[in-house]
Amino acid sequence: MIRIFSIVSLILVGIVFIYVVDDMPDFGDPKNPTNNEIYERYVNKSFEETGAPNMVTAILASYRGYDTLGETTVIFTAGMAIILLFKRWKDE
Amino acid sequence: MSKKKIISNEQRESVIVRTISRIMIPFIQLFGLYVIIHGETSPGGGFQGGVIMGTSIILLAIVFDLEEAERRISRKSLTALMSFGLLIYSGIGVLDMLSGGKYLEYTKLPLPLPAHEISTLSMLGVEIGIGITVMAVIILLFFYMVGDQNAT
Repeated sequence: MIRIFSIVSLILVGIVFIYVVDDMPDFGDPKNPTNNEIYERYVNKSFEETGAPNMVTAILASYRGYDTLGETTVIFTAGMAIILLFKRWKDE
Repeated sequence: MSKKKIISNEQRESVIVRTISRIMIPFIQLFGLYVIIHGETSPGGGFQGGVIMGTSIILLAIVFDLEEAERRISRKSLTALMSFGLLIYSGIGVLDMLSGGKYLEYTKLPLPLPAHEISTLSMLGVEIGIGITVMAVIILLFFYMVGDQNAT
């Protein structure tokens, strides 16, 4: 019963996804939602605003510094969790 | 705290593997430093360079044994390094706040340089902080997950 239900729901969700693919913007279309003013600002101004020739690093470390700080904190938390899980404490 | 050898003695005696690793490890570390420091001008950055730096120590621990690797860099200092890297990153943000800007607004630091060079320097500091954290966490993951698994 559960198997039949899951197969039917998979097919339904698949039909919805295939139906939605038709509405996606064409690849490389200049009217894409991704080609907005943020993209132009990064391409035109990132060197004079941050001084870094590599645009990826300019976005990563300067425009989205909070995001990268959060990523580093995630990695730090992973290290803390490993220590807490695998360290052999004294009173065992 | 007694630790079992990761690889048995016969495998560890392979002269070719040990010699090649001994030659390659400094170059791997140099490449990791290059990837971190050239993060602003070429593809790369703290995350990638930190992983490369960590891989060199993991190679040392696989080819020789875990005690050899822990003699080079101990778990205690790795824990300190892990926190120190994050402290560099957030400390740069606090320095920006102390010198009158917003948190992580690099151009307000009181240095005798043009604004975009201050920004580049701060980004280099941030990348070094990320690199130290990632390197320490990668090595710690390996040490803790391999180290004590057979020692009850």
